[in-house]
Amino acid sequence: MVEWPLRLERRAAPSRLMRFGSPLFAALAMAVTGACVFAAMGQAPLSALYLFFIDPLMSGYGIGELLLKATPLMLCALGLAHGFRANVWNIGAEGQLTLGAIAGGGVALFWGAALGKFALPVMLCAGVLGGMAWAAIPALLRTRFNTSEILVSLMLVYIAQLLLVYLLHGAWRDPEGFNFPQSKVFEDSQILSTLADGMRANTAFILALALAAISWIFSSRTFAGYRMLVAGLAPAAASYAGFSEKRNIWLALLIGGGAAGLAGISEVAGPIGRLQLSISPGYGFAAIIVAFVGRLHPLGIVLASLLMSLLYLGGESVQLSLQLPSAVTGLFQGTLLFYLLAADLFVGFRLRVKPRLLPEAAR
Amino acid sequence: MTAEHWIAIFVSTVVAATPLIYAALGELVVERAGVLNLGVEGMMLVGALAAFAVGHSSGSLLLGYGAAMLAGMALALLFGFLTLTLQTNQVATGLALTLFGLGLSAFIGRSFTGLPIPGLESLNVPGLSSLPIVGALFHFDVVVYGSLVLFVLVSRFLKRSRTGLQLRAIGESPSAAHALGQPVIGIRYAAVLFGGAMSGIAGAYLSTALTPMWVEGMSAGRGWIALALVVFATWKPLRVLLGAYLFGGVTVMQLYAQGFGVDVPSEILSMLPYVATIVVLVIICRNPRTILLNQPASLGKSFHPDS
Repeated sequence: MVEWPLRLERRAAPSRLMRFGSPLFAALAMAVTGACVFAAMGQAPLSALYLFFIDPLMSGYGIGELLLKATPLMLCALGLAHGFRANVWNIGAEGQLTLGAIAGGGVALFWGAALGKFALPVMLCAGVLGGMAWAAIPALLRTRFNTSEILVSLMLVYIAQLLLVYLLHGAWRDPEGFNFPQSKVFEDSQILSTLADGMRANTAFILALALAAISWIFSSRTFAGYRMLVAGLAPAAASYAGFSEKRNIWLALLIGGGAAGLAGISEVAGPIGRLQLSISPGYGFAAIIVAFVGRLHPLGIVLASLLMSLLYLGGESVQLSLQLPSAVTGLFQGTLLFYLLAADLFVGFRLRVKPRLLPEAAR
Repeated sequence: MTAEHWIAIFVSTVVAATPLIYAALGELVVERAGVLNLGVEGMMLVGALAAFAVGHSSGSLLLGYGAAMLAGMALALLFGFLTLTLQTNQVATGLALTLFGLGLSAFIGRSFTGLPIPGLESLNVPGLSSLPIVGALFHFDVVVYGSLVLFVLVSRFLKRSRTGLQLRAIGESPSAAHALGQPVIGIRYAAVLFGGAMSGIAGAYLSTALTPMWVEGMSAGRGWIALALVVFATWKPLRVLLGAYLFGGVTVMQLYAQGFGVDVPSEILSMLPYVATIVVLVIICRNPRTILLNQPASLGKSFHPDS
């Protein structure tokens, strides 16, 4: 009988090289798969790949768009990563983002004039608080009633979106907006300033980078961050050490919600400039992928959010030039995460060639 | 409110509950085997598109449902390969499956948006469907009747069959089952594939019966509600059935509320199924013992025969 010559062998310790190599492998495998998809759709694969991955970056405007779309992804993913590390599965960042936009946008619409030049900072704070408030619901239900934060945070996504629809069809609709379901446009002073002329990326990108630095300090240099890490890696050890599980859950969800809320208000007080029905093409969900591809590490997340942002730009690019559906972005996103999860096998295992048994030994 | 009204509400409740029954019973079997597949929403969407695409091009809904089951199983196989063979984290992989299903169905489905499809025909029960008023209760479509058959089969399988007992043992303690020579990974694969096929049918019912058309993301969280139903039902088939009708009722209530003269904006009414899901989860999970006593002990944990 012919035996499969390779076998999987558990590594004595997880491989550091593979830990950082597997996202690269996943990105490469995604590009190869993408080439196959393009070929299957009757496109020349290499030129389609060029249009998808390279062409969007060939102009200053393109770089600006890359940073612009990376901002909400980075913010959401940085927050989520704290939770994932502590085994708290907040998958409702999309809803927290929406609530951040509603809370911050509400400040602009109703108190914008009264606040004058303080409007923008107050809006940003309201956005953070709005996201936190929305994330506090799964935190409360999980700590008080033992309810799965996965399902609750996800249900709250739908509720948040319906709330936004309700507000925009009712009290918050622009009275001079020809009955379109959107609010009136924010004042210039209520919009984040752009990084450079002719670029739509704004100061929220700087905030996101700052959050990445703070996240790194929090998770690697503070006791609270350490407690969350232990809770994720070894829940039993964390409870023997007397680390409060409830405090970790609250902290993880509030950080995730606050960061997602900031992403939401930065979108409406940035490129969108008002409240409208669609404020995010699923950034909150894509951020889950960003967090994993970035290895839950702040620096990794910064890089992964740029890659994910490029997937959005590439989708738009092939839609414009090849008339392919831009939904190819979602396909690429899912594929990327699958390859990553599969490649992670080699963090804990390695392939070994089976030693051939000598005839004597076999006997 | 006349009898006709109540019967109409009952009929739409049953129809709204049907996809939830399929998806939740499928996931119930998966979870009883100790595997947590959070990809139900993704598998439903791919099933919905497969049924619509094949049904539209071939004109045969039977082929469409077959395609939906295969599509659901294909995604489930991917999930099984990653979590059972490659031992990846089940939560992360399930999320990936949902995101992938969403992207894949939106991508392929673009060319099917706005096309027509013949809706599922209802079956008449001879004699009973021609009765006045209550006759409406006896011409559901075949998938609705099938959901009741599925319920009976799943409960009998889990309770009375040898394989069902094996499956439950594997869900409680895979290492003990493995030591007794039970094919842990094999049975888990079978359960995951069954869950995929049922999610496929659930999705197919959305795009061929509930709203006969294809819309991107048309499952609108029903896959997640099905997951919540399994918890709500404390992993028991009969309670899945009752829970699904309860949720069907909540969904239908928003459509009939205006008829009752309830003056609540439609957006707020549309929140009801999601709010109900949260409320119901809180009621069930409030007592940690309920979950501890009923949840399969190995749920969500990877199993490697060597370790």
